Amino acid sequence: MRQPLLALLAKEPAHGYELKLALEQTFGQAYPSPNIGQIYVTLKRLEQDGLVRSQDVEQDSRPNKRVYELTPAGREALAVWVTEPIEGPRVRDEFFMKLVLAPMAGLADRLELINSQRRHYFGIMRNLMDMQAGMDSATPAARLLVEGAVLHLQADLDWLQRCQEELL
Amino acid sequence: MRRILRGAGRPSSQPGPRPADTGPVDTGPSAAVPSPQDPPPLLRARGLVKVYRSGGGSLEAIRGVDLDIGTGEFVAIMGPSGSGKSTLLHVLGGLEPATRGEIWLRGQRVDGLSASAWAVLRRRHVGFVFQFFNLLSTMTVADNVELPALLAGVPPRQARRRREELLAELGITAKADTAPSRLSGGEQQRVALARALANEPSLLLADEPTGNLDSANARDVLRLLCRAHASGQAILMVTHDAKVAGLADRVVSLFDGMIADDATVVPAPRRQAPLRDFLELRG
Repeated sequence: MRQPLLALLAKEPAHGYELKLALEQTFGQAYPSPNIGQIYVTLKRLEQDGLVRSQDVEQDSRPNKRVYELTPAGREALAVWVTEPIEGPRVRDEFFMKLVLAPMAGLADRLELINSQRRHYFGIMRNLMDMQAGMDSATPAARLLVEGAVLHLQADLDWLQRCQEELL
Repeated sequence: MRRILRGAGRPSSQPGPRPADTGPVDTGPSAAVPSPQDPPPLLRARGLVKVYRSGGGSLEAIRGVDLDIGTGEFVAIMGPSGSGKSTLLHVLGGLEPATRGEIWLRGQRVDGLSASAWAVLRRRHVGFVFQFFNLLSTMTVADNVELPALLAGVPPRQARRRREELLAELGITAKADTAPSRLSGGEQQRVALARALANEPSLLLADEPTGNLDSANARDVLRLLCRAHASGQAILMVTHDAKVAGLADRVVSLFDGMIADDATVVPAPRRQAPLRDFLELRG
């Protein structure tokens, strides 16, 4: 979560809760909402690494809030993140390992493994379709995020089918 | 949606117990034994086999399929190319004869029917949607949609009213007097859907209905199919589109002409944030 927080702070200084809200508003309900503790821990580490700095701001009738801002080193780290390419396709190693190895040890039947994994993917697809049906007023980023998840899931299902064709 | 896409209130779509066409209730090895009072499923196939012969060789496209589709159910058939999906749909809809096995529609055995008897049956009870629309190019959109009702003997005024309702519901009223060839693919598929639903069929069979559409049109057509399903329309759809698995009640996975899995779709447990695996935030 480091880089997204740096990116949000590059726009303007903010405190932890504002960052949480900004992530949620941008990416919508599809986004696995970070808990506030995670955000504070990450901010603390970023501060230890010299990428952000903070100061307490007094508030009327409320406890002080700690406002974070980017340091020059943080801005540099963010620039590196923005320009470097992201890792290529991920394969879902764990299921594939199971599929290849478990039957060798007589632990499972490949068709059963494939069918149960496929049913699970169908269930996730149901969740995504339900989510998509309620997104008419969502931000484009939030809609694209769900669409991306659908496309990844479709690829996972296609891969499962290829495994079935080749391994059974 | 109002009950326009499908006249769910029409009593004739759900026949009462008629001993004459309540055939043997169960012949399949895998099916539970229903009590005699159970209504027959909307569609039932037992031991279905389809063999194509050409020259000296033969190809077994369907190799022993047992399948039940309930009233109002939305079932997707998925599987790799060449797994027999479309053949199965065509055999179930009587477009091609089965080589062996039984097909029951609304409690009536139909696998032995002649092509013309099938045509009569389809007119009343089975709607078809195809990947390439198959609209009649020499007729207008309106006539394409109205024709099935007229063929089924519906009075012209009633057929027209039904056509107007469907075109409005599917958002193509403005195209009523247009030739199908002047429409976009998405519009043509909507016309095909209207035509398929014109006689309020018990069962809608759809063969890759989004296979020839861009993603926006595919989404619209799926949305319309879901609305029809929500108002009670039973749908059996062959598709490559994994999104359909998230919309259907059940997914039948076909492999080498046999059913590899028949799964009721249930939402994944909530703790599985759908995007957790996809959206990996580095930290």
